[in-house]
Amino acid sequence: MKKLIGALAILILASACKFNTQNDNALPIYGNRTPVPKTVDGKTVTDTIYQTIPDFKTVNQYGDSITSKNLDGKIYVADFFFTSCPSICPVMHRNMLNVYEAYKNDKNVTIISYTIDPKHDSVNVLKHYADKLGITGNTWWLLQGKKEEIFKLSESYLVRKPEEDAKQLFIHDGYFILVDKQKRIRGTYDGTVPDQVNHLIADIKTLKAEPDQQ
Amino acid sequence: MKLKVIGALFFFPAILIYSCGEQDINFKRYYTTGNVVYTNKCQNCHGSDGQGLSALIPSLTDTVFLHKNKSLLPCFIKYGLKGKILIIGKKAYDGDMPPVDLSPIEIAEVLTYVGNSFGNNMGLISQEEVQKDLEKCRY
Repeated sequence: MKKLIGALAILILASACKFNTQNDNALPIYGNRTPVPKTVDGKTVTDTIYQTIPDFKTVNQYGDSITSKNLDGKIYVADFFFTSCPSICPVMHRNMLNVYEAYKNDKNVTIISYTIDPKHDSVNVLKHYADKLGITGNTWWLLQGKKEEIFKLSESYLVRKPEEDAKQLFIHDGYFILVDKQKRIRGTYDGTVPDQVNHLIADIKTLKAEPDQQ
Repeated sequence: MKLKVIGALFFFPAILIYSCGEQDINFKRYYTTGNVVYTNKCQNCHGSDGQGLSALIPSLTDTVFLHKNKSLLPCFIKYGLKGKILIIGKKAYDGDMPPVDLSPIEIAEVLTYVGNSFGNNMGLISQEEVQKDLEKCRY
């Protein structure tokens, strides 16, 4: 009898494990969601509208105008930085280089880094930075926009809103945000921690396999 | 007489061992504290393995450069670098390095750490040495 209970317990545990792994193949969707009731064929069904990244207007390191339209149909990773940043940015971009290396030949994946110091980080400065960093082509854009707009935009990415600081110039956090083709946030990773960035590289692959990301 | 010789024979190595030991302990003390200073003040930019960042931030693995510029290293740390072109590890760097506010002993410690990590082997860089070098900085 005891054996039977034991076997049963193992079976239940094992099935519990199995149950949990079923959702592993889809990444979560972050942010606020709004249920919208609508009528389909006379029946009321609830549709969910997920939080998405709003439109923005910027210029990249080549001087090309880049808006959210340029990211239509792309999976992308976003972060916030500035070129003269003495603290966490070098760590972030050392790690982001790994993401770049992993997906630089993949036209579906883009990296964007918004500068939070547009006054200093002109197109020329961004181009110089990109050259020195060793990035070419259109896989990784460094974007300059209006400061207030970028600060406001950062809230939609669920990162800490940058603050100006006398000593460090700007205070910001080092998160990398994974955004899907529907402009929904699918993951946030501490860009200063190599393990988390490896996780991001793996998650991009997972995301790409989802039916509505093809 | 015999006793004196035997005594000296024992005494002399004892001094040697003692002084060696002291230097060794000193080195270890510098190196260990230097590691902490490095983690807090240098690692973000220069990397956990002193690898730097592409052509933006120089690596700390160019042993020849470090040896050649040994007496300038304390100045680089204390006063930073601006508008200076340095060839490190066969790459040209023209970016700025911010000054790092460290005391001479901390500079000596971090230099001892860097100078004996990442494939470098410079031995102890003492506080006295650093202090002398700092007086000659051209700023």
